[in-house]
This record gives sequence, C-alpha cells and structure tokens, in this order.
Amino acid sequence: MTDVPSLAAAAQVNAGDTAWMLAATALVLMMTPALGLFYAGLVRSKNTLNTFMMCIAAIAVAGVTWALVGYSLAFDGDGDLIGGLGHAFLNDVTFEPRDGTTIPHLVFFAFQATFCIITTALVSGAVVERMRFGAFLVFAALWSVLVYAVLAHWAFGGGWLIEGGTRDFAGGVPVEMGSGFSALAAALVVGARKDYGRQALLPHNAVYVLIGAGLLWFGWFGFNGGSGFSTGNSSVLAFTNTLLCPACTLVVWFALDLIRGRQVTAIGAATAIIVGCVGITPAGGYISPGWAMVLGALVALPSYAVIVWRPRTRVDETLDVLAAHGIAGFTGILFIGFFAEMSWNGVADGLFYGDAGQLGSQLVAAVAAPAYAFAMTYALLKLIGAVTPLRGSDHEEAVGMDIIHHGEEAYATGEGAILVSTETHVTEDRPVAQPV
Amino acid sequence: MKLVIGIVRPEKANDVLEALYRAHVRGFSLSRVQGHGGELDRVETYRGTTVKMGLSDKVRFEIAVSDPFVQPAIDALCEGGRTGEVGDGKIFVVPLERVVRIRTGETGHGAVTPVGS
Repeated sequence: MTDVPSLAAAAQVNAGDTAWMLAATALVLMMTPALGLFYAGLVRSKNTLNTFMMCIAAIAVAGVTWALVGYSLAFDGDGDLIGGLGHAFLNDVTFEPRDGTTIPHLVFFAFQATFCIITTALVSGAVVERMRFGAFLVFAALWSVLVYAVLAHWAFGGGWLIEGGTRDFAGGVPVEMGSGFSALAAALVVGARKDYGRQALLPHNAVYVLIGAGLLWFGWFGFNGGSGFSTGNSSVLAFTNTLLCPACTLVVWFALDLIRGRQVTAIGAATAIIVGCVGITPAGGYISPGWAMVLGALVALPSYAVIVWRPRTRVDETLDVLAAHGIAGFTGILFIGFFAEMSWNGVADGLFYGDAGQLGSQLVAAVAAPAYAFAMTYALLKLIGAVTPLRGSDHEEAVGMDIIHHGEEAYATGEGAILVSTETHVTEDRPVAQPV
Repeated sequence: MKLVIGIVRPEKANDVLEALYRAHVRGFSLSRVQGHGGELDRVETYRGTTVKMGLSDKVRFEIAVSDPFVQPAIDALCEGGRTGEVGDGKIFVVPLERVVRIRTGETGHGAVTPVGS
C-alpha cells in the first residue's frame, strides 16, 4: 500500500509479490471446480453433472463478462456506486503495476476475475436440480456484472463503502454476502423443487462433498492470502487465520452436531469448513490469530441455526448458500467492527480497541450489501423469467437435469448402449458399444 | 397368495411407496433394474461417441401378498407409477407356492403378513 498516491508511478513490480499472486490466482480458480464437486455431492445422482456444470459455466460466462466490462465497472475510477469503462475490453490492463500494488495490472485483473467466477458459481447452489441450464447461463452473465461487479466496486474498487471506511479484506461484501443473499432471492423466484418438503432429497455422495470442501479450503489460502496483493504482513496474517478459523469452526460444529443428534456428521463437517473459511474472509488481514480462533467458534452458531431452520420453511434454498456464505460473511464483517486491531493490521481498530466508528462502517456494509444483492437478483430473475422459462416441466425434473440438459449421465454403465455414430466403421453384427 | 412384481420408473418409486403405504401393503422388496419395454431410446453423446441408450433404469417391486391384498397392491402400483407416457412399466402377478418366514418358520398367510399389521 502506498501512502502517497502521486508517487504510484514510482511503484515497481515486485518479483516476490508477483510470484505469490500468480500462484494465489491459480489457487482461487481451482476453488470453482472444487465447489462443483462439493455441490455435485450434495444433490441427487441424476443431477450430478448439471450441478457441476453450473460451476464450470460460471468460469465460461463470468470469465468473459469480467474481461469485457465487469472488471472495468468494479475497478476503474472511484465513482460512488459504479466504476467507469476505462478498462473495458482490458483496455490499459498491462504489465504496469496496478495502482496501490506492486503486481502487474494483468495479474491483479486475473486474481479478481477468479473471485467473480466463484461468486457467480456460488449462487447456483440455490437453484440446482430444477433451473434450466440456458436460463442459468443468461442469469450468470447478467448477475456477474449487475451484482458482483457493483458490490466489488463498493467494497474494493473505490466505491462508497470502502471510501466510508468499511474494511473487507477478501470479499465479505461482494463474495459472501453478495452470493448468500442473492441465493435467497434466486430460491424465491425460481421456486422449490417439485418434491421439496414431500420427499427426502438426499446428498448422493458425501465423499465428493468432503473432497470438495477440502479443496475449497486449500484454494482459500490463495483467496485470503492473496487479498493483500503482496507477501507482506496482512497476507501472512490472513493466510494463517485461514488455517485457524475454520479449524475452530469444525470443533464447534462437532459439538453442535453432538448436542443436536448425538453424532458428528461428515456433511456437517464439510459445511463447517466452508463456514469457517467464509467467516475469516472479510476479517483475515484485520484481526489477530487469537481473535480469528474466536471468530471461528462464533461464526458456527448463526450459520448452524439457519441450516437447521431453513429446511423447515417453504424456501428451497437448496444448498444453503445463505447460511454458509451470507450469514457467515455477515458475521465476519461485523466481527471486524469489534475486534480489528491496529497493532496487527496497521490500518484500523475495532470497538474493542477503541474505535466505535469502525463498527458503524461495518454495520452499513452488513445492511447495504445484502439489501442490494437480494433486490437486484430478485428483479433480474423476474426479468429473465419474463423472457424465457427459468425451469422445466415436472417431468424433466423427475428424469433429472443431466439427461434433459446435457444428454449425459454421471454414472452411465454403457450396458445396452447402441452405437449411433463413430469415426470407425461399425458392422451390424456388433451393435452394442462398450464406451470408455 | 400371489407375488406381485411391479416394474416402474425410478422417479415414480416414491409415489408407489406412498400408495402402497396408504393401501396398507407394508412388506416388499425393491431393486434397481434395467430394461426395455418399447419406449423411445434416448440419445446421449460422450465426446465423439453418440449412443442410443437401449436400456432404461427401472425400479422393480416384489410384493408377496395374501389374496385380499392382490388388487390393492396392483392399484397402488398403477396409481403411483402412472405418468401416461410410454415407459411407465408393467405388473406381473404370479402364484406363490410357499412362503416361509425365516425367523419363526411360519408359512403361508402368516409369513406374508408383516409383523405389527
């Protein structure tokens, strides 16, 4: 961070910082397929591929929209509500250091792109198992610009929240609350699955869920550890807090599971990892490791409560993005207002260390971000729904999204499959294929 | 006594279970099977390989019942399993020669009547 912006021209690209940010960017990109695995395990087997593909689609769609306009709207200029178009189509995004950092602008862009991608993928958790794939592609494209880029500008890019003093280290506002409260709106507009509340709709592969959660945690070290854009103190602090905070969340989640059901559940543990990582996302570079451990324990409580309560409602927010991301992000953002510590972060104290104003700034973000994300997503989906159906027929839902939208099955055996076309000639006496 | 075998769509299995429960038919086995019954083949593509899936996933109920429960079991299978499209499945009713409950050695009607009903 440079104290005097006018000297920014003198800033040099730092090799160590750049090396770490290149690695961190790759780590964060990996989180999106990891999320696909996590989500795919949580749905029924007939929707495995579609659920995974929504995450892959986020890479395709949000990756492109981010390069075209999203990045510019988020990170060009310091307008209150939205950035400019100066960096549209990657204009002026080159090898020169990005203002305020010591890494090339291109690396900064790529790092931020991976954030937009995973956040777009996160929202899909609310609508899996029934939303049409085509409608989701349209939604993802518009959402990544109209919701994510706007919130990223508010929190990171010079918008009114960061200018007003809100501290958000790695994305409590745009990523976590942005996806969580958008997910709630999406679930309300798209509506519940046809069998929701009538039949048990169970996760089909808990091992996928655990592997996905593990890979997400791994990637999160790049997500939080890279959000200082350097190898400096704040990055090191966030990195270590990303280890400590989710570990504490796991311990508390185990205890809550034991109290509630007398058994520690695997899918609960996977969820706890996510909740802990989300909680430390906004706070990572601002609080001491000790407070990060307290946050890890604390963040479990409201998210656990929402996860227990939500399935008893009519709201089929299928994979609990609201609880795991929205609520945990909310907790993390507020926690900064209480326990940020100047001696650790060098920029801000929270209420506990003498600055009550910081809590006020955090409260503003904790209200504004959910409100905008919810309202904009609600309106956006209503608009898309007026043009094209958001979901297919009950019959399609019964057959499963994999066959209906992708013409593939996750667990095809190939028994009885008859080869229709192939590059090699097939004779009539060998009609049955043995697919690889 | 009859063995009622119902082959239905997997996505209707839960509806059949509900219907059987309402008809007080409480004992049955269920297995996943693959079969072909004249429905349209669905085409799937895996990279360059396009295949017609000749076999469809089905769920097979096997329900051993005393005579008064034969018609209720058939009705439940029809009611729960029907969509009106080709591929809803079949019901086969075959005579049962002997039934033995392994735990008690009971035979006949006692053996096809679930405990507690």
